[in-house]
Amino acid sequence: MTFKLFSEHLLIVVAAEVLALAVGLPLGVLCYFSPKARKPILWVVDVLQTIPALALLGIIMVLAGAGKQTVIIGIALYSLLPIVQNTNLGLLQVDPGVKEAACGMGMGRMYRLIHVEFPLAFPVVFTGVRIAAVNAVGSAVFAAFVGGGGIGTAIYKAIRIQNMNMLMQGTATLMAIAIALDLSMGWVEARIKRGHSSMKKAPARRN
Amino acid sequence: MIKFEHVSKKFGKKQVLDDMNFEIPDGQFVVLIGLSGCGKTTTLKMINRLIEPDEGRIYIDGKDIEKVDKVELRRQIGYVIQQIGLFPNMTVAENICVVPKLLKYDKESRDRIVHEMLDMVNMPYDEYAHKYPSEMSGGQQQRIGVLRAFAASPPIVLMDEPFGALDPMTRETLQDEIKKLQKKLNKTIVFVTHDMGEALKLADTIIFMEDGKIVQMAPPETMLENPANDNIRRFLGKHMNDDAVTLTVEDFMRTNIITVDKHRGVRECTERMARTGVDTLLVVDESDKYIGTVSIKDIRLRGKNEKLIEALITDNAKTVRRDGDAHECFDHLLNSGDNYVVVLNNDDTIAGIVTKNSMAKALSDTLWGDER
Repeated sequence: MTFKLFSEHLLIVVAAEVLALAVGLPLGVLCYFSPKARKPILWVVDVLQTIPALALLGIIMVLAGAGKQTVIIGIALYSLLPIVQNTNLGLLQVDPGVKEAACGMGMGRMYRLIHVEFPLAFPVVFTGVRIAAVNAVGSAVFAAFVGGGGIGTAIYKAIRIQNMNMLMQGTATLMAIAIALDLSMGWVEARIKRGHSSMKKAPARRN
Repeated sequence: MIKFEHVSKKFGKKQVLDDMNFEIPDGQFVVLIGLSGCGKTTTLKMINRLIEPDEGRIYIDGKDIEKVDKVELRRQIGYVIQQIGLFPNMTVAENICVVPKLLKYDKESRDRIVHEMLDMVNMPYDEYAHKYPSEMSGGQQQRIGVLRAFAASPPIVLMDEPFGALDPMTRETLQDEIKKLQKKLNKTIVFVTHDMGEALKLADTIIFMEDGKIVQMAPPETMLENPANDNIRRFLGKHMNDDAVTLTVEDFMRTNIITVDKHRGVRECTERMARTGVDTLLVVDESDKYIGTVSIKDIRLRGKNEKLIEALITDNAKTVRRDGDAHECFDHLLNSGDNYVVVLNNDDTIAGIVTKNSMAKALSDTLWGDER
């Protein structure tokens, strides 16, 4: 267990999430914009989840070679489902009255998305990112198998030399990272949601 | 001017609009009314192209709106909806300035607009401009919803049951405000409702729709006097007088009144007041034309040095013609605190006066017959 492994591990997680966001957000928006595209996109990201991690990384390694890039791509693919799904869901859930007002007042499609719909969907999107990030901490262990480094290397080594102490250390570190990430993002999420629910307290509405 | 020409629309198999033809002149307050599903909201939403017609054309100021860019068109037309639809992530000021911002007004003009708008509905800028919608009541929110529609000063404002979800008190206030705003800013307003009271109160013209067709398009009085079919009559319900005549002032006035010539002396008048038990006399000139009133209060205050009442005449009393609308006269009596309204013949001679008493008596006569 060294600081190098620890930072490598974090790097993999962060890079994978950035990549997943870069791909997942546009896909989620596309799902929202086009009901026709929604089904196939959601189906694909869903199927990606069912491929065993090791197999998926193997396939990517054949294409991208051994190294961090492989594991980053792999984890990013796994992260797509919660991000795409929550982006789509969050946007769909925005109050129809707000959407109609935005449209009727002459906001263009992208303007509406950026200034109204996405800000209002953000808490739900953020929940998706949180789920993806916490999962990624665990999945990044597989980096060891494709030469990506990270805490997985220490765990893998500990298993081979049957060093319980080392194994426990690696596992505990992983759990600590996951818990810390989960708690901190949960805290942020709660704050956003509180802000939003005070915003969203619907007006007295009778029909 | 808004003009519909042979506009039809189907949703699936259902014919929602069936060959609609009408014109709305500038500056009119037009109310679309009918049962739900009659096509009134569809008609409204065609004006800003939220819904496109299957057939027919719609013109605004002679321009076919199909040839105008949708987004541009909507920025020129105010829009208020029942769900209010304020943007919860924006402050009141930001909400008001959505369209001005889309139209790229600079910061100062936007600021000025927020001030002007909030001023118009007596909501202090410092208190409200930086609030979020969730921090306000439903009524206040819809007030902002209305202001938001007027902010960029569009010539046309569309309102889709804007006050339908508000409690009756708030609704009344907002109705008064919107009518005032419309008069002041001289906008064309197209307003959808299913509440006939609201329609009668606000409209210059009411369009009554049924199954995607216009049954009657008329000013409120005409509709009350002469409803085109039984459904309209049912809708008008309690608002309609059974014999369907507009009541005029002369039905309610008292004719045994005391008038006095302006050349009479002050002493004589006080005596007459004392004898007849009134506190005000109506004053006429030599050809019997009404010129004003003189009250006991004026005599007490300023009458000591005057010989003739001519100097004490005031013309503050409200006057109406004998064929005027009785409703307006009632409203004045009930709301102003005045005790009487002077009724004049067409040659300006006095026909009588309407007091709360004469009003009540005439009403009881109508309700229970003269013999009581």
